[in-house]
Amino acid sequence: MIWNAFAIAVREIGRNLTRAVLTVLGVFIGVAAIITMVTLGQGATLAVKAQISSLGSNLLTLRPGAGFGFRPAAGGVPNFTEKDAETIREQVGGIAALAPIRTTSLSTIYLHNARTSSVTGTTPVYFQINRWNLADGRFFAATDLRSGAAVCVIGNTVRKELFGDENPVGAKIRIGKASCEVIGLLATKGQAGMGDQDDTIIVPLSTLQRRLIGKTSSHDIGQIAISAQDGADSSALIAEITSLMRQRRNLQKNQDNNFSVFDTRQIAETLGSTTQLMTMLLAAVAGVSLLVGGIGIMNIMLVSVTERTREIGIRLAIGATAGEVLMQFLVEAVTLSCIGGLVGILLALGLCLGLARIIQVPFNFNPQINLIAFMFSAAVGILFGFTPARRAARLNPIDALRHE
Amino acid sequence: MNPPAAPPLIELHALTKTYGVGDAAFQALKGIDLTIQRGEFVAIMGPSGSGKSTLMNVLGCLDTATSGSYHYQGIAVETLDSDQRSLLRRYALGFVFQGFNLLARTSSLDNVELPLLYRGIARKERHEKALAALTSVGLPTKLLNTPGELSGGQQQRVAIARAIVTEPSTLFADEPTGNLDSVTTRDVMQLLTRLNVDRGITVLVVTHQDDVAACAKRTVLIKDGLIESDSTRS
Repeated sequence: MIWNAFAIAVREIGRNLTRAVLTVLGVFIGVAAIITMVTLGQGATLAVKAQISSLGSNLLTLRPGAGFGFRPAAGGVPNFTEKDAETIREQVGGIAALAPIRTTSLSTIYLHNARTSSVTGTTPVYFQINRWNLADGRFFAATDLRSGAAVCVIGNTVRKELFGDENPVGAKIRIGKASCEVIGLLATKGQAGMGDQDDTIIVPLSTLQRRLIGKTSSHDIGQIAISAQDGADSSALIAEITSLMRQRRNLQKNQDNNFSVFDTRQIAETLGSTTQLMTMLLAAVAGVSLLVGGIGIMNIMLVSVTERTREIGIRLAIGATAGEVLMQFLVEAVTLSCIGGLVGILLALGLCLGLARIIQVPFNFNPQINLIAFMFSAAVGILFGFTPARRAARLNPIDALRHE
Repeated sequence: MNPPAAPPLIELHALTKTYGVGDAAFQALKGIDLTIQRGEFVAIMGPSGSGKSTLMNVLGCLDTATSGSYHYQGIAVETLDSDQRSLLRRYALGFVFQGFNLLARTSSLDNVELPLLYRGIARKERHEKALAALTSVGLPTKLLNTPGELSGGQQQRVAIARAIVTEPSTLFADEPTGNLDSVTTRDVMQLLTRLNVDRGITVLVVTHQDDVAACAKRTVLIKDGLIESDSTRS
């Protein structure tokens, strides 16, 4: 009987191709949309998480100014000094490493290629704190820092723009007023959320102060990067640093902080949860398209219900039992929904692979969402395909035949 | 020893049919007693609203009676459930409707094969039987045409082929010529008469046309849900 119903159902699908195609389309679009959205969203979340771990654990950043943001100290707010960095290192416990940072924008030239790059002056420990790895060459060392050697380590974006396919290590580039030898190329960290991390040139702090800028304010430092020891309580650390800095900056009790300490990981985690929220929003939008697809199916089924009720009447009149008619409609609905679902999954797979490459997020096949989308759309297709049939099959054959 | 007398093909006793309930109730059949033997050709006549179509729908197991008894070949139809009635239709009854009731966008051959499909007959035999049925109604050249591509008379002949392909013992025809012109009407009635005479199929025709009724040997006249007259031509 099932085989018979299957044969009849397949025939009916063939005879009503337009209706079949529209039904399949409804399921197909919904499934493809929801799988693509969720998979890409999860890819983006993964990318952000990867970035969080690339930032290093328990990384604190001390900045002048009270606000949150990546801007330099506003007018009137003093920068930090190297003495501040020294004092924090000596007086605050639980610090694994500390690096003073001064970042500025300078024009960089190699042969006839020129661009403005962000140049960071710091100490060798910065590379550990920020978890930089080398692709080629070496980091600068403590001796370079002491002597203010004209050396630099560049990020991959800078390499691409200034050197193209050429090997940069050993070449000399002009940074601001001085010429520096490229001694190292950083391994790429990628681009996500926080901007292009690879668009950077890192030089010894002393080199930046003495050779590249050479102004009176050049002994100021912009930020202090601090990595806490494993297991250290970062909020206690922040409190300790804050009170020390208030003291050093002679702030009265009624004065607000004119500096701030950020837990970089917290920022990154906020970013991560934002991405997750986005994923959920996208999934909701895709869910709506699945619903619209379902309503489309319902529409098609309801529009054809008169014709189909008569068809059911005819089948009953010539001796089909209600069970056989229902089985036929069930097989039809299941077949169409499953075809739609499978085609939707295939399209989603293609879309995810293509789009993941374009927007540079990792592609992760998520069997769960595939299954959920498939089940849901199949359920919608079956429900709307089957319900009118169930009502019609309960009628007396003569009432089904007379249906208008 | 004589074999027990075979029961009549159709035996009705005090059959009633009421539509609706309460004040809106309408009694379409008010107590019909009727016996029809195998091989008869009966015309059921009456003005519109007399209950003749209702009677045929009940006889054809497309509808159920409200009270009274109906025996088909000795089977008490009122005791059957809807699936059993389906099986009775499948194996013993054939229908021809005024509006043809063919499946749309479906070839003549597939339409005629449909009842055989529910009987579980193999593809090859299905095909042969449908072809034979369509040939016997004079449409061997329209096998692959869909109802939309056929004239009214041709559609009705496909419907007749579908009704007889299962070799039913009774053929019910509800206003089979109601939508046809006079020439086509004659063709269809000749076809029904031939089926009755040559194959011994019992034919019941509901009609309001005298020339159609004239084909039948027996005419039952229904008025206001009751049999007014029942006459047999000699």
